[in-house]
Amino acid sequence: MSDIITARGLVKHYGDVVALDGLDLTVPEGTVYGLLGPNGAGKTTTVRILTTLLKPDSGSATVDGFDVVKKPNDVRRVIGLTGQYAAVDEYLTGRENLRMFGDLYHLPPAYVKERSAELLDRFDLTDAADRSLRTYSGGMRRRLDLAASLIAKPRVLFLDEPTTGLDPRSRLGLWGVIKDLVADGTTVLLTTQYLEEADQLAEEIVVIDHGRVIAKGTSDVLKDQVGGDRLEVIVSEAGQANLAAEALAPIANGDVTVNVDERRVTAPVTGGSLVLVEAVRALDAAGVPIDDVVLRRPTLDDVFLSLTGHAAEEEK
Amino acid sequence: MTTYTPAPARRRPLLGWGLHDGFVVARRNLIQTIRVPELLFFSIVQPVIFVLLFAFVFGGAIPIPGADPSTAPDADVYRQYLMPGIFGQTVAFASAASTVGLAEDMHRGIIDRFRSLPMASGAVLFGRTFADAARQILVLAVLSITGLLIGWRISDGVLNAIYAYALLLLFAYTVAWIGSWIGLYMPNPETANTAGLVWLFPLTFLSNAFVPITAMPDWLQPIAQWNPISSLVLATRDLFGNPTGIIGDAWPQQNPILYTLISCAVLVGIFAPLAVRRYRQATAR
Repeated sequence: MSDIITARGLVKHYGDVVALDGLDLTVPEGTVYGLLGPNGAGKTTTVRILTTLLKPDSGSATVDGFDVVKKPNDVRRVIGLTGQYAAVDEYLTGRENLRMFGDLYHLPPAYVKERSAELLDRFDLTDAADRSLRTYSGGMRRRLDLAASLIAKPRVLFLDEPTTGLDPRSRLGLWGVIKDLVADGTTVLLTTQYLEEADQLAEEIVVIDHGRVIAKGTSDVLKDQVGGDRLEVIVSEAGQANLAAEALAPIANGDVTVNVDERRVTAPVTGGSLVLVEAVRALDAAGVPIDDVVLRRPTLDDVFLSLTGHAAEEEK
Repeated sequence: MTTYTPAPARRRPLLGWGLHDGFVVARRNLIQTIRVPELLFFSIVQPVIFVLLFAFVFGGAIPIPGADPSTAPDADVYRQYLMPGIFGQTVAFASAASTVGLAEDMHRGIIDRFRSLPMASGAVLFGRTFADAARQILVLAVLSITGLLIGWRISDGVLNAIYAYALLLLFAYTVAWIGSWIGLYMPNPETANTAGLVWLFPLTFLSNAFVPITAMPDWLQPIAQWNPISSLVLATRDLFGNPTGIIGDAWPQQNPILYTLISCAVLVGIFAPLAVRRYRQATAR
């Protein structure tokens, strides 16, 4: 299978701020590829360069074999983009929006009509198709936005944080739709700061931080990279979280992390359920009352923390 | 994985994709006009209020030099004089809609989507300016009726009146490009609301739209005489057969139609490329 997106050494500065610092990327055709990172990591800048909205300061990128800087119009013909905002017209109806974008993709009118009806049906918008978007909920707008980016059957679809700001139900709905898309042969590049989302959707994940790729692989490979399991303890009183961390340090095979606000202490461990018994004894000996203790597989949150030294969703 | 099947392509239209794309965007902007009748309503009400205020509040206080008070009272002459001024001011203010419209499009991120489509890069701006000028047809119609009701008359034939309206629409189209260019620099629609208007007040008031240029201080007169709004208003007064006041010696005053056409060509020639260049770099915030 060939690579449909390639990027080599992408650099982009905004004044003194380095948004991309030599980013490399190769996306095989027909996959869902996850670009994972916190706010400001360079995800949106990457998408904007690949969708020809922004020129890189240096480095190069191709989509479907076309250079994004030299052949922007060839790239635009094969891509669809859904950004962080619902980039659809507020005053047109759902159907009118799809017609407008279909016309601007230079598709035959009869095809646009048929395809619009199909997409509206698929996104559960048929009943609202002839209403102005002012009457749509946030989730409906996002679905229409996604439909608009699919009108021309793009070979590559870029989804920049598609579920940001959606309620959990709408998010689940959108995930279902994205999974269906890949079944149609579309390649999806998805950016997200929700680790759960990347875990759910993406076959392969690239973790970026400060404009560089810091890790890549399948979700399982990334988790294995962290090694072992996670022991998570919720202490009864926030003040005792640090005491608990000290007590757990001899059992852990890495740094113990403390979240005082959530009264949560997390330790990387190996050795299966026996560790659980050891941990409870150690905490009891230290006189730390606990509300909960669990042993779990590492999540991508843990992956991010061990790779970067900071949490994925921390505020900058 | 199923194999990917692309969407069918459409034959290139006779006049090229650029024009096709422009009209698709213009159609969208005109549908917006119908869907937000409040906006259209207020864009019509504002000049109507101007007509009534100027006609009835200032009407008798502004004598038009060159008119003979013995044949008609000052206030009646002023109403004839005023209407082309209001027309000129109204089409100039139409540019504010382009400023706000584009600022909103950028703010909502729809410009990002347009820019990611394989469409002509001037099409969004062409569609915007075309629709904003086309909307003025309706505004001018309502204003003309208001004028007729308060005693304004078209006194120099239908053909000349058509030329006058055409000149006004051409000017509306021209300032829409300036308004678009400003709109693409706006950080948000709220700022655009103000920035789209500020430059229009001096532009329209430093002209013959409401008062004769001869009534202004000497140092202001050349500015007003070379102001394209003055030549537009003078040309329409001429074409409608309305009183013109005393016409200055400056070339634009002597050749108002030609000067207006040249101004429009020069302004579009400057601001259309500037706006298109800015559009190519614009991204949502």
